[in-house]
Amino acid sequence: MTRKQRRLILIGSSLGVLAIAAALVLSALRDSIVFFNSPTDIVEKKPAVGTRMRVGGLVKPGTLQRGDNLSIRFDVTDGNKDVAVRYQGIVPDLFREGQGVVAEGKLDGGGIFVADTVLAKHDEKYMPREVVDALKKQGRWQEGEANMSKPK
Amino acid sequence: MIPELGHYALVLALALGLIQAVVPVVGARLRDTAMMNLASSTATMQFVFVAASFAALTYCYVTSDFSVANVYENSHSLMPLVYKYTSVWGNHEGSMLLWVLILAMFGAAVALFGNNLPVSLKALVLAVQSWIACAFYLFILMTSNPFLRLPQAPAEGRDLNPILQDIGLAIHPPLLYLGYVGFSMAFSFAIAALIEGRIDAAWARWVRPWTLAAWMFLTVGIAMGSYWAYYELGWGGFWFWDPVENASLMPWLAGTALLHSAVVMEKRNALKIWTLLLAILAFSLSLIGTFLVRSGVLTSVHTFASDPARGVFILMILVFFIGGGLTLFAWRGPMLKQGGLFAPVSREGALVFNNLFLTTACLTVFVGTLYPLALEALTDEKISVGAPFFNLTFAPLFIPLLFAMPFGPMLAWKRGDVLGVAQRLMAAFGAGLVAVMVTFVVMGMSSALAPLGIGLALFVMVGALVDLAERTSLFRAPLSTVRSRATGLPRSAWGTAIAHFGIAVTLFGIVCQTWASERIVALKPSQIVSLADYDLTFDGMVQHSGPNFRELAAKFTVRSGGVPIGTMEPSKRSFASRNSTTTEAALMTRGVSQLYLSLGDTNDDGSIAIRLYHKPMVLLIWIGALVMMLGGALSLSDRRLRIGAPKPALKASAAILEAAE
Repeated sequence: MTRKQRRLILIGSSLGVLAIAAALVLSALRDSIVFFNSPTDIVEKKPAVGTRMRVGGLVKPGTLQRGDNLSIRFDVTDGNKDVAVRYQGIVPDLFREGQGVVAEGKLDGGGIFVADTVLAKHDEKYMPREVVDALKKQGRWQEGEANMSKPK
Repeated sequence: MIPELGHYALVLALALGLIQAVVPVVGARLRDTAMMNLASSTATMQFVFVAASFAALTYCYVTSDFSVANVYENSHSLMPLVYKYTSVWGNHEGSMLLWVLILAMFGAAVALFGNNLPVSLKALVLAVQSWIACAFYLFILMTSNPFLRLPQAPAEGRDLNPILQDIGLAIHPPLLYLGYVGFSMAFSFAIAALIEGRIDAAWARWVRPWTLAAWMFLTVGIAMGSYWAYYELGWGGFWFWDPVENASLMPWLAGTALLHSAVVMEKRNALKIWTLLLAILAFSLSLIGTFLVRSGVLTSVHTFASDPARGVFILMILVFFIGGGLTLFAWRGPMLKQGGLFAPVSREGALVFNNLFLTTACLTVFVGTLYPLALEALTDEKISVGAPFFNLTFAPLFIPLLFAMPFGPMLAWKRGDVLGVAQRLMAAFGAGLVAVMVTFVVMGMSSALAPLGIGLALFVMVGALVDLAERTSLFRAPLSTVRSRATGLPRSAWGTAIAHFGIAVTLFGIVCQTWASERIVALKPSQIVSLADYDLTFDGMVQHSGPNFRELAAKFTVRSGGVPIGTMEPSKRSFASRNSTTTEAALMTRGVSQLYLSLGDTNDDGSIAIRLYHKPMVLLIWIGALVMMLGGALSLSDRRLRIGAPKPALKASAAILEAAE
């Protein structure tokens, strides 16, 4: 084999692997990414039932109900619209009424969001960024609110 | 006084850094040895000053000097002493100081131990190292000064984020940074080689130990972070494909590729240009990792845009070093002489295969990590790319790589014989097949892929052993021959086999998680929950108090087949100073499997929510990483790497001269 042929084999196989990787990435991007929606988005755009998505906002005070077998229901609000969320399992340490939350799951036929994952913030400083943005859109968020703890 | 001294020491380090960034380069140009040798002194002194600066910050933390803003925000006088030390780097400013400390340490190591390097190469390497150091000194001094004082000292600090008050996370950043910053050595060597326009097998031999050391630290650092996430976050997962984790995985993949291509360069003088490119890429990815974690771009693209000082500064560092490095590469790279020829099927070919798949896998992680950021910045659309994406892209690329792994070390250089190697790997194939069948029979058909994964792991494990057996003629020669061959075998050969074995151990542990089981239930006192042969009785709640937290723990007695084997106490800790709670999972280790119990909310009727997992073979995931590190350490202790390239040649010529006399 000449140097040229060897180089062709090398370049050919590199391109082959890259092509496979590109195909994998593109198909995975189509099938496995999850979009984020605010409650207003969900109420107004009415996404298809059964599509995986995330919804984020504040847990609306007075809506948290605990049922049997660790099931809970609560409303997520961005100050404009609310979405009812159902979840079964253990919620994070800082999950409580009035706090920021992001839930991942699907909408069911009755307009209830069935979550299989609930994420809350890690400490009192941090707010999930999607929640901040959703609240900002509704004008319910003042810049610097998250940094109230800065020394004065 | 002490914080001001620390600040001043850092400024002095910057001044030395600026000298070191210029004078040795001019010296190399003018062939002025004195100017070139200056770099060694300044590099050593830089380390002394940065260490003094770091010691000053540590002193502020240990003495709880809350007049320093950084200490006030991240420490508490009641915190255990060990966390006072570790909270030095548990925050942005301090961790950047740790970053430059490690960078200066590597610089000093080259200055002190690099005496066998050609003078001009050493000078250029130290100069490039100093460019990086200056960029980060400026970053710290201008945007992230840890020594800023508060006008009035508060009486008490705001405490370290409670989830960071954990020994696992405390030692994770230094290990990770040793890895990240270690790749700066490969980068500096690559840039120096490009400036000199000369690169040879000896270059690869100098670069390899630094890369190997960085790789070892990064391996353990990643494993440590993974184990911390596993027990501290309370979800029992070991890898979340979180951008912060991916940021450390990408340099690891590029670094692993670099280790392997440097072998080809050292042995066969081939793949020079590619090795240089990988050296630049590995450090570029380390910088990108630092950028992702430190600029706040992950917390919010918008916050990043509204408070851009830090982010933009790091971005400029990125553009300068990555852009500059690649431009220099494009300009000078083609001038380097091509190396030795090899057939596609050969040891070199196998290592190219390794590089191809590792870099492609790295690319998919890169896309998955940065695509959401790019999309949000461009279209305002918010998406999350999670485990499903990476399982569909990363895994298919890693499987062929793992399958080819036992073949690589057994192929001959230049021209290899795949069929011959396959024949010699019969034992490994056999072990793999038996493992697949046994797994199917024992675990059932619940998952079709998992038994194949177990088979692959066994194939790689036995393959690594076969390689050692072949090299020592085990079973073919008398025992005395085997022993002498085993002691004569270079340590790097042992290192290769052991590191490959370690990968398979990790793979085995990961695949076994297919059979992990979990229960999420609400329990009242004296109720029992059962999972995988274990019965847990909830005995009741107990209160503890720690130095800076209060703890509410649930007591469980664990029985296996009716026999009590121990107790587990998962708990919730509440930290008054930060008004926050952490969940402390309880772990019970049985062999290499674990029972994992974490606590949820307490309900109104007095019952508690618990999450119980049985994780079979889970410890193998991290033990595998330790085995990989052991392989790296053995390889690093190889005589060839310790002594360096030119010395034997010098000695040989001296011997010839002596003989001639």
